[in-house]
Amino acid sequence: MMKVSPLKIKKYISQSLHNQQLRQAVDKATDSSLITRQKVVDQIPYWEELRFKTHAIKKEVIENLADYLEEFEKNCVKNGIYVHWAENSAEARRIILDLAVKNKVKKVVKSKSLTTEEIHLNKLLIENGIEALETDLGEYIVQLNEQIPSHLIIPALHLSRRDVGKLFAEKLGVDYTEDPVQLLRIARAKLREKFLSADMGISGVNFAIAKAGCFCIVENEANAHLTITLPKIHVAVMGIEKLIPDFSSLPYFLKVLPPSATSQKSSTYVNFVGGPSRSKYGEGPEEVHLVLLDNGRSRILRDAQLRETLFCIRCGACLNVCPVYQQIGGHAYGWVYMGPIGITLIPQFLGEATGKYAPYLSSLCGACFNTCPMRINIPHHLLKLRKRIVESGNTIIIERLGMSVWAFLARHPHLYRLVTWFPAKIQQLFPKDKSFPVPGYGKERSFGRFDAKGFRKRYKKLEKEESEKT
Amino acid sequence: MKVALFIPCLSEHLYPDSAISMVKVLKYLGCQLEYVENQTCCGQPAFNSGYWKEVVPLAERFIELFSGKEYIVAPSGSCVAMVRVFYQKLPIKKQLKPALEDLRQRIFEFTEFIVDVLKVTELGGKFPHRVTYHDSCHLTRELGIREQPRQLIRGVKGVDFVEMEKSDICCGFGGTFSYKFKDVSVSMVARKCRYIEESGAEFCIGADSSCLMNIEGYLRKHNMRARTLHIADFLSRSLNL
Repeated sequence: MMKVSPLKIKKYISQSLHNQQLRQAVDKATDSSLITRQKVVDQIPYWEELRFKTHAIKKEVIENLADYLEEFEKNCVKNGIYVHWAENSAEARRIILDLAVKNKVKKVVKSKSLTTEEIHLNKLLIENGIEALETDLGEYIVQLNEQIPSHLIIPALHLSRRDVGKLFAEKLGVDYTEDPVQLLRIARAKLREKFLSADMGISGVNFAIAKAGCFCIVENEANAHLTITLPKIHVAVMGIEKLIPDFSSLPYFLKVLPPSATSQKSSTYVNFVGGPSRSKYGEGPEEVHLVLLDNGRSRILRDAQLRETLFCIRCGACLNVCPVYQQIGGHAYGWVYMGPIGITLIPQFLGEATGKYAPYLSSLCGACFNTCPMRINIPHHLLKLRKRIVESGNTIIIERLGMSVWAFLARHPHLYRLVTWFPAKIQQLFPKDKSFPVPGYGKERSFGRFDAKGFRKRYKKLEKEESEKT
Repeated sequence: MKVALFIPCLSEHLYPDSAISMVKVLKYLGCQLEYVENQTCCGQPAFNSGYWKEVVPLAERFIELFSGKEYIVAPSGSCVAMVRVFYQKLPIKKQLKPALEDLRQRIFEFTEFIVDVLKVTELGGKFPHRVTYHDSCHLTRELGIREQPRQLIRGVKGVDFVEMEKSDICCGFGGTFSYKFKDVSVSMVARKCRYIEESGAEFCIGADSSCLMNIEGYLRKHNMRARTLHIADFLSRSLNL
């Protein structure tokens, strides 16, 4: 698999913009998501109130996260769940690999989990001779294609059904078909076999319920259900921010997630895991392990405003509505979390040096905030992150100098006017219908024309004329 | 009614005609105007790029210049949003905070001022053309101004107002974004222009010169039929001012 980095954002963008097929696929998928989402949201008259409610619940949890985590751990242990704490990605990887080795695991089935993408779990398992198979259809497709997901919810959004048909024919040795139903049947048959022979199931977590010591996985394909119930050992990996207080707060989240993620009123399956199998007939896993991953989250918690970015439930709604994402797709961001929420997380997780471009990949249009079911004010957080990038010295010197000079001029009105008078005079050398080319602004559009006189002079002239009239 | 004019950089240096149109319309509506000398930039471009330290003195300067004015009106949603929404995020001098609080209540975007403060929606006038309207991002989502410009457009006789597809999707300008990620910005404006073209409008009306510059720049380069029109110019032309 290709090693990607948010430092190469500009290169990826250029590749994406030149890939017409990709752009069509992204355009079509995001557009239809928006339309269908709106239809569902329109049927929920108290949608806006729900957004405030989920925000308030998450705020309470995130602001008191240590207490909630402690309560959650205690209740999990009571329920027979083995709880593991991982400070970073390396620790989480080691914990999971140790479990696999100790239990002589050969085959792992995985249900969709961005958190395991975050810690590059598949690569680790495969390098250690363990088969790790994604069982969510979209994830299965991108895994076969040796890619990472290009969308939080729709991993193979960038591929058309023809792409998938070709991929299946090449990698699975089946006859080419582009019929979605046929493709689904092929994947299903391949996956079913794997489910039955796997010795470990790995999943993510959508919501973890502190008071109950159990966690919940929302899905549509029943692959998570099989991942949880069939193998002998289940390992769930969750970021520490996934907590909610109790069962009574869950319905609010189950109400906002499906419309935002998949334009459904409710998801097909909501799985609850509250410990190992208690049935003597052997249904469900014998062991349940839960890996609680920090990996930078507790650092994000320290900033009273930016911690709001931890409210994210990874629904992907901000991606669909983002005019930038719509143009470039998910791979252009160079990380597992992409789109508007991704560019707030990149510098926070990976540091300002690696994330120095990401928060600038937004026109700050605010469509994401309007759509976010958790009311995360993404554009305002981007502004703050840009400030951090400037303060940490991760912008180029020319820009820093330019801003200082400009700020000086803007405090001196006479000089400020003089500086714009100058380009106006140069522009007068160009014919009126052609503005002079501003370097770096692009050949596809022209810049406006500077006006040598400016408003101030015109206004004074107007005032003078009028006072003469009267 | 006394109105102090806040003329943003783009209006001062690139689109003074639109600002003059605003002056004419406000005068037509009976406002007493004042130009505040020594005003420059509100600091938005640097603020949006993360240079908050550089913006603080500009914000303080702005607050001092405009404090005590009855009303302040600007022909730009994003510059009003800078003052009303974003100044409070800056570490400005403590003694200026009450003045900022006051200023936030008194600063208005042009269409918002006419509809919400002057309570006028029908200015009369005539404009027998097909027009569409582009919702600028900060105007729409930071200030919540959607209906005011539409009411003013509909209030003009003879106008054939059509909504374009996704009128509130970003045109791709975004200040320094249009420079830092110019290819993404261009592909965004290309789509915006396609929607304008598909609407069949002769004019795309907007309330922010920055977005209109971006849109018009693309329309012209690609020989597309429609032209942009600042809402102040639209009203002033309709009224033949």
